[in-house]
Amino acid sequence: MRGRVPIRPWGGRVSFRLDPRAVVVFVALGAVAFAGVVANVGYGEYPIPPLDVVKTLLGIETGDAQYGFIVETLRLPRALVAVLVGAALAVSGAILQGLTRNDLAAPDIVGVNAGAGLVAVSMIVAFPSVPATYLPPAAFGGGLFVALLLYLLAWRGSSSPMRLILIGVGISAVATALTTVMITFGDIYQVSQALVWLTGSVYGRSWEQIWPLLPWLVVFLPLAFLKARHLNALNLGDEVARGLGARVELERGLLLVASVALAASAVATAGTIGFVGFMAPHIARRLVGPSHGGLLPVSAITGGAMVVLADFVGRTVFAPLEIPCGIVTSAVGAPFFLYLLYRSRKT
Amino acid sequence: MLRSRILLSLGLVVCAGILTLCLLASVRFGAAKIGTWDVISAFTSYDGSEDDLIIRTLRVPRALVAGLVGAALAVAGAIIQGLTRNPLADPGILGIEAGAALAVVGSVFLLGASSLTTYALFAFVGGALAAVVVYALGTLGGGMNPMKLVVAGAAMAALLSSLTTAVLILNQRTLEEIRFWLAGSVAGRDLSLLLQVLPYLGAGLLLAFVLGRQITTLTLGEDVATGLGQRTGWVKAGSAVAVVLLAGSAVAIAGPIGFVGLVIPHVARFFVGVDYRWILPYSALLGAVLLVAADIAARVVLRPQELPVGVMTALVGAPFFIYLARKRVKG
Repeated sequence: MRGRVPIRPWGGRVSFRLDPRAVVVFVALGAVAFAGVVANVGYGEYPIPPLDVVKTLLGIETGDAQYGFIVETLRLPRALVAVLVGAALAVSGAILQGLTRNDLAAPDIVGVNAGAGLVAVSMIVAFPSVPATYLPPAAFGGGLFVALLLYLLAWRGSSSPMRLILIGVGISAVATALTTVMITFGDIYQVSQALVWLTGSVYGRSWEQIWPLLPWLVVFLPLAFLKARHLNALNLGDEVARGLGARVELERGLLLVASVALAASAVATAGTIGFVGFMAPHIARRLVGPSHGGLLPVSAITGGAMVVLADFVGRTVFAPLEIPCGIVTSAVGAPFFLYLLYRSRKT
Repeated sequence: MLRSRILLSLGLVVCAGILTLCLLASVRFGAAKIGTWDVISAFTSYDGSEDDLIIRTLRVPRALVAGLVGAALAVAGAIIQGLTRNPLADPGILGIEAGAALAVVGSVFLLGASSLTTYALFAFVGGALAAVVVYALGTLGGGMNPMKLVVAGAAMAALLSSLTTAVLILNQRTLEEIRFWLAGSVAGRDLSLLLQVLPYLGAGLLLAFVLGRQITTLTLGEDVATGLGQRTGWVKAGSAVAVVLLAGSAVAIAGPIGFVGLVIPHVARFFVGVDYRWILPYSALLGAVLLVAADIAARVVLRPQELPVGVMTALVGAPFFIYLARKRVKG
């Protein structure tokens, strides 16, 4: 392939190709995400100049003893959650779009997020003292259930992209209604906590929420990146993939589990932040092309930058009031979705 | 399927009977335990006791609101399904209800609107705008196919309701006033509110029933309708006005309630076939039955807590939507 540099460390036992363009884009977007984090950490009741934010992050003395506490304990976790959740949702969406060969698929659009959110909210309402560690696995169960349901109802034996999405819309409606039931059922303090899952917000996230999220990302993001090759094959259709020597059912199952796990752990941490899993892969595809080797990492960093910027916008536009970042991403993402839908109206 | 005119009329009478039973049940069951005889005495010998007050000022208006809103939504759904020849269409799914809701919330936020008449006007404007956008997406530049239109409507509903949430967060006062309304509910509406919206709702229903014949013709396809001498432009415009009036007044009084307009026309069509002169009245009665029954369930299931009735209709309607999508969407 043109422009790809093969890399063979450890005496050629492992080899992969590197697309220089993807690396450049990744670094550039990484800078954007970092700028978003710095802006988010600096902004607030007690403003901190960007340079001091960077210094504090690097552990250099700034001359203000307060900065360390404000940055590391209060504000950094929130910005980090935004980046991590955005990355997880974006990769999840990219995998789903690749697997279903459907441009409009994303974990939130097909209802995986709603299923994950429902189980997370039920856990909180039923067992108020549940530690945050148990939320991601529970949400994963809910998301996986929806994914299996989708697979049974819409996917198998049919290649109609619209049907998948329509059935996803229906499943989302059921899950959202049940979530409302759980919220009505629970008492009011838990409800205000649980409402976060319906809008998608990184408000008030602390290290307590980051630690349970991290293991999921550490396992499933690299797994997704390693499986990019198989995703490319599956994207060409089952027959072609089989012809290329891929174990279709196994690889598809693994990729699907990775996609659901990423989306569900993101939802368990920050609720259903809409349209990130849909938009980020599209932007990444414009930048680095459709090959998943470059697409997945670039999607991840795009999604991270997107959510952290959305959070910044949500905090600043109507300050001192805060708009949850899920609303900002939906306000941008839904028109984009309509545009793509309209552009593809002929097919 | 009922064929002869007599059978069809008889069916309507049966539906009306079921509706009456549901309305009575809705008055009878609720948080406060009131016996059947007390219900009757509240009408025959009103003496101002607590039970009589509950019956007259809370339960009766609530049952009536549920019935009227259900009828309005079901008829609106039937018209949309006929006009777009799309079995999955519904004022909720296509984003018309979300548009009306956003306009109402916006009017409370920006103009401090507080009377139901103002709510209704804004609901009409918002619903009409959303309908125009969906229609444009469905026709301009060759137009989307019906299934894509449904997906577009769902995306638009998502957009509009996230904007509604944003407005609500910006203004806590609005949130307090309107939160339960937004989930779709028929609780706590007194009769005077109902009377304010009734003219619009009645006009919408009347217009719909008048157009029944023309809509039936239009479902055969626009070319056929034109060939039969119909001025399709007028019929479409009239139907659209009816939909906006019905869906708008339903939203103004009860908030967005989904899936009634999706499910009921299918049920009606199952009984009476393809003739909209019959589908529309059947839809009205069955829609009323569904919403009154859903409202009873919403009150009884988690007693003493009460669920928004929109949740109940979604739990019934969304699986039906999935079933339709599986069955009707090919290729």
